[in-house]
Amino acid sequence: MKKALLLLVLSTIMFSGCFLWDARGRAQPEELVLATTTSTVDTGLLDFLLPEFEKEYNAKVRVVAVGTGQAIQLGRSGDADVILVHSREAEERFVNEGYGVKRYDVMYNDFVLLGPSFDPAGVSGAKTIVDALGRIASRAGTAQGVVFASRGDDSGTHRKEMFLWDKAGVGAPRGEWYSSLGQGMGDTLIMADEMRAYVLSDRGTYLSMKDKLKNLSIVFEGDEDLFNPYGIIAVNPEKHPNVNFRLAQELIAFFTSIHVQQMINTFGVDRYGQPLFFPNSEQWWLEHGGE
Amino acid sequence: MLLGQIVSGLSEALKLIVEGDREIYSIILLSLRVSGIALLIATAAGVPLGAWLGLTGFPGRRVVVALVYTGMGLPPVVVGLVVFMLLSKTGPLGALGWLFKVPGMILAQSIIALPIVAGLTMTAVGGVNKNVKQQLVALGASPAQVRWATLSEARMGVLAAVLAGFGRIVAEVGAVMLVGGNIQYRTRVLTTAIVLETRKGNFGMALALGSILLVISFVVNAAVLHLNRRGLGDS
Repeated sequence: MKKALLLLVLSTIMFSGCFLWDARGRAQPEELVLATTTSTVDTGLLDFLLPEFEKEYNAKVRVVAVGTGQAIQLGRSGDADVILVHSREAEERFVNEGYGVKRYDVMYNDFVLLGPSFDPAGVSGAKTIVDALGRIASRAGTAQGVVFASRGDDSGTHRKEMFLWDKAGVGAPRGEWYSSLGQGMGDTLIMADEMRAYVLSDRGTYLSMKDKLKNLSIVFEGDEDLFNPYGIIAVNPEKHPNVNFRLAQELIAFFTSIHVQQMINTFGVDRYGQPLFFPNSEQWWLEHGGE
Repeated sequence: MLLGQIVSGLSEALKLIVEGDREIYSIILLSLRVSGIALLIATAAGVPLGAWLGLTGFPGRRVVVALVYTGMGLPPVVVGLVVFMLLSKTGPLGALGWLFKVPGMILAQSIIALPIVAGLTMTAVGGVNKNVKQQLVALGASPAQVRWATLSEARMGVLAAVLAGFGRIVAEVGAVMLVGGNIQYRTRVLTTAIVLETRKGNFGMALALGSILLVISFVVNAAVLHLNRRGLGDS
């Protein structure tokens, strides 16, 4: 008897759940899985842009925020419908191998070199980022307190850092002074703050956490080598017939539209006094000249 | 597709292990070292505490027991957070310089293992058949002798308690990630390496490291079972 009652209560709850769903008077929203890097989520950009898309297309976008490496892997395995990442070379490989259909420019942000404000390696006088990293590597052995914290997680930011070390002639850095953490940007910044370490960060994540990072400040910025473009790619339905290619294309059209590009350009200005991301789609440049 | 990727990852990982890849071995050894030392500390403190709680009654014992049981369910990530704050340069124990170093990881894992070892020891000691005690008293054993006999009767349960503690900490990721920081060559252990390889999309490698963790667990349990059988044969 008691069991029957329990069953009745449970089924009532479940049914009323269904009715609530239907009461909105719309068909069930279509699902889209977007695999992206932590920076687009941690900064709040996607929370700012996606509701409009979801409303307009009656869609539910499930955002999976991981490193670029894993985001691309999710695209390869067909677990994501569309990826928004920043590692140009890996993106091109993804498309060339047939997993992605086409890469579209969306936006860019830039990297900054952070470090303790007393700047023990003296990088603030450097002319280029390559020069700055070279100073860190060469002074790490001799000067006291010169340490570097690296993402070490194969993310876009980590790949950028490795590219820059290579360009600076350091190769793959190793030694007591170099800590490869294997963690996300936020975690890495918190650890670097504790360690009084130099660290390469995207500007957006740094600005959003700035008030928590008492020991870090920007010690080098503005070099063209620190430019970081984001691309969006729909997963190829020929490789994975289960992906929602149509809606993925709609999302790409949405992100690259003038309207959303304008939104990207204003995002963060009210809070940080500067945008975190800069518009970079083809449509945007057609409208605004330049490239 | 994914299956193929896992298979190729596993075989590659197997190759690394067989070839004696230094980084993998250092990760395995560090896992064993951190969890092993933490377990020693937790055992040294937890077994006497559990035995005492299981053997004696005193006012407020129930509160202590409730606390120990609660401690058994402590989420490792919460322990990690608290230890992180303690060891932070701005925290009360910052002067030790243990953050992102092995001693900090050992401290955190000791805290996680202690209530498990103590709680299960208490249960084992408390679960020794009352008749045995009464018989011993009837045979004229002194209270100290009864206590000793009870403890030795409960030794299998105590061993299980210690094993459970090891199983818990060697497999936890929350505390070592926060307190150790997953630094390559220095504080990266098996569990944090698994998280990293998964994030990188190297599922095969992650799975291979997970298998190593399983093998360690199996070897430890098999060794204890073996010891047990010999111990039983003696008595």
